[in-house]
Amino acid sequence: MTFVAKPKTHHPKLPRNELGLTRRDYEGAVSTLCAGCGHDSVSAAIIQACHELSIPAHRVAKLSGIGCSSKTPTYFLGKSHGFNSVHGRMPSVATGANMANRELYYIGISGDGDSASIGLGQFAHIVRRRINMTYVVDNNGTYGLTKGQFSATNDKGSTSKKGVPNLYEPIDLAMMAIQIGATFVARSFSGDKEQLVPLLKAALKHEGFAFLDVISPCVAFNNHNGSTKSYEYVRGHSSALALADLIPTRDAIEVDYAPGAAEDVAMPDGSTLRLRKLRDDYDPRNRVTAMDTLMRMNEKGEIVTGLLFLDDDPSDCHEILGTVDEPLASLGEAELCPGSERLETINAAFR
Amino acid sequence: MKPTDITDPNYFHKVVDCQWACPAHTPVPEYIRLISQERYTEAYMVNWDSNVFPGILGRTCDRPCEPACRRVRTEEKPVAICRLKRVAADHKGDIRDYLPRIPEQKNGKRIACVGAGPASLAVARDLLPMGYEVHMFERDPKGGGMMRSQIPAFRLPMDVLEEEVNLILELGVVCHFGQEITSMQALLDQGFDAVFVGTGAPRGRDLDLPGRAEADPFIHLGIDWLASVAFGHTDRIEGKVVVLGGGNTAMDCCRTSRRLGAESVQVVVRSAFEVMKASEWEKEEAIAEGIPILNNRPPKSFVVEDGKLKGMWFECVEPVRQDDGRLKYVPSGEADVFIECDHVLIAIGQDNHCPWIERDLGIEFDRWDCPVLDAETLQSGNPKVFFGGDSAFGPENIIWASAHAHKAAISIDLFCQGKDVKADRPPEGVNLISQKMGMHEWSYDSEHDPAPRYHVPHADLSRSLSNIKIEVELGFDRHLGAKEAQRCLNCDVQTVFTEKLCIECDACVDICPMDCITFTANREEEELRQHLMAPADNPAQDLYVSGDLPDTDRVMVKDEDVCLHCGLCAERCPTGAWDMQKSIINIPQVHA
Repeated sequence: MTFVAKPKTHHPKLPRNELGLTRRDYEGAVSTLCAGCGHDSVSAAIIQACHELSIPAHRVAKLSGIGCSSKTPTYFLGKSHGFNSVHGRMPSVATGANMANRELYYIGISGDGDSASIGLGQFAHIVRRRINMTYVVDNNGTYGLTKGQFSATNDKGSTSKKGVPNLYEPIDLAMMAIQIGATFVARSFSGDKEQLVPLLKAALKHEGFAFLDVISPCVAFNNHNGSTKSYEYVRGHSSALALADLIPTRDAIEVDYAPGAAEDVAMPDGSTLRLRKLRDDYDPRNRVTAMDTLMRMNEKGEIVTGLLFLDDDPSDCHEILGTVDEPLASLGEAELCPGSERLETINAAFR
Repeated sequence: MKPTDITDPNYFHKVVDCQWACPAHTPVPEYIRLISQERYTEAYMVNWDSNVFPGILGRTCDRPCEPACRRVRTEEKPVAICRLKRVAADHKGDIRDYLPRIPEQKNGKRIACVGAGPASLAVARDLLPMGYEVHMFERDPKGGGMMRSQIPAFRLPMDVLEEEVNLILELGVVCHFGQEITSMQALLDQGFDAVFVGTGAPRGRDLDLPGRAEADPFIHLGIDWLASVAFGHTDRIEGKVVVLGGGNTAMDCCRTSRRLGAESVQVVVRSAFEVMKASEWEKEEAIAEGIPILNNRPPKSFVVEDGKLKGMWFECVEPVRQDDGRLKYVPSGEADVFIECDHVLIAIGQDNHCPWIERDLGIEFDRWDCPVLDAETLQSGNPKVFFGGDSAFGPENIIWASAHAHKAAISIDLFCQGKDVKADRPPEGVNLISQKMGMHEWSYDSEHDPAPRYHVPHADLSRSLSNIKIEVELGFDRHLGAKEAQRCLNCDVQTVFTEKLCIECDACVDICPMDCITFTANREEEELRQHLMAPADNPAQDLYVSGDLPDTDRVMVKDEDVCLHCGLCAERCPTGAWDMQKSIINIPQVHA
């Protein structure tokens, strides 16, 4: 926890985006998390991604539940909308908000406790419903706020700080998300912004349910030898399968990749998603092989990162339900209330 | 790049921009912190130890530290370092207990100091505590040199000058004042073990123009005229006055004239306003006192009628920027201008002049009449004779005189002890001391204060123009001084990185307000500078590069350029890989 506030003074040559804003303009209040917490790096990555995409802060809604992770929306995008909800119930609130106003960017921040334990039911159903949002889990495998009990994503055999092994099988939220209908699933590491920031940018621009499982070490309770979610372990045991870069169309960047390794996907807003496969045998657009690879790598104790699954023609909940294009929140009384005559006709149809 | 060697005293010294820029390397942040703790006496002594004349310099220094101040790069205006030095001097308590003890038992060596200006005084101060017998020779009846004769009282009150000059004389200098030395040979014949020459640059440059000889009674050389004002020989100047020259002497001449009854005063400068040698604040003060400054007007001739000066002709030129960035002056096409005047003060520079040094003593002189010296030892071709201050390398300012004096005193001490003045010089050093006091607690006020530079109060203009002895700048009071002191970034509290403790969590990168820190693959410097969180485009500022990091073989690179020394990197570091450590640069002096 830091008592000294971060000075507003910034580097004189800090780049400005299309809105004329620097990255510093996307910051929030100073973090009260432990020094060295991975979650702060995730917040910094979100700040950078939103800055690079020139997203106006007032077009973003940040939603969270309870836990260390769920505190973090306070620490980024200080000028955005925010709702800090009940433990594990962020998906319900996000669903409601998205139903009411489909035009905002929704960033849900959750943790392994919030999404894989108390909120597992909620998590499963928001994935099924394909709410158009970016759902980030700051996954540290431990209950940091209650001093280091194993969480549901902690690997079997991984030890606590005192050396006691975990006896239970872990939940792989990324795998679940692929299985039950997410259209963008990625896994990354808080200590690797070069990978995380492009993934976040691609997720924010994805018009469907985008899920990011970010391994984010808990320096206080889960960063020791024997942990499989420590900075050292993750660095030594992770490999990326595929990467995503979001390229604004006006920058026609020519980059040389090995033949077949890069593939461009047009995005609805005119930008381009450049998909880079890092392994020949991995196709991130095939749900079955993605899950198969994940399971096999999990068994070996290897952490796979990068873009795990992408449906490049996604549908979201509004499309499934066939709602009107205009946000429900901005519909007037005339559109919402068709009048008593029309009600009579509807009622008569049920008689 | 190779890992940075932070044991090299110069590395962290350079980070303390003000101290690095100061010729005497005064530990500026250290005394500013003492001021903010209201420890004025200690703050004064930190200065006295390093630059010898804190009260005088706090008013008159050329302030090379201020344009170097990091705040110029992070915000806009530097910390008012010079005025804070004055705060220490104005509010100090009794310093007698802090002064060095002068041994009763002398070491048997006799040193002659020629001139009683800042250089000689500082040499005396350095040598007296070592048991030397110091004899000081001065043409004027009182000590102080150009500080007394050339700096007007409205900038430097007499009591401030006398206090600091007398402090040194009272350490036991044997004064031979009011007698001019006319022969170096004669001085050497008196059997001194070493001679230090601190006679300044005493000859004001003249202008050889048509009409100069006839106009002579109405023309005064700036430094001589200021001296005659200082010693009370001149107390009025009548009629219209023209001051020629764009340096600080010209500014002192015009402002002094304004106070001695001149009907009108104007400054005429041959070059453009922005390249005038006068300090920014001196120009501002002159303008504030209603003195016009005419630029791009080279003088052409003096006009004398009936034995009286009528005025001067000036050419009109305009500056043209050359490819090499220098200004070239070409005729502007305007007709020559005639400026009426009754007196002309010529302040166009001064030269070294040592007619009293015989040319067969082994001391060589270059074509500017400056002695040929070893820049490090200040020893001349005659091993017994040392130079310092303006007499060494031409006109500079007081702070350079202090710097030269410390070096010359070391040389004189080594020479008198039969040691090698070059090989046996004491080395510079650096000490690093952690400033961590506990959780979120640092021994310095790490929080960044974004306040703009505070204005210094001035005496009422009409009042100060009425009397040459009324000091124009009133100085910061304790309250304003404390506020200005808070603007100091504490650049001497260094960010020290220990790579073997780092877990590469990025906490420092994320919290750094100035994007100074990057973890990346190592490269050559030029390339590395473009691969950082923010481009490091100021090659004058170093990159701090760690060794390879244990987990990823990347390196930590910190661009020192705009670091606020706020300590947030150390505050957010979970493993103590970053620490805030005060660097104490040991600048050798004789007694150190």
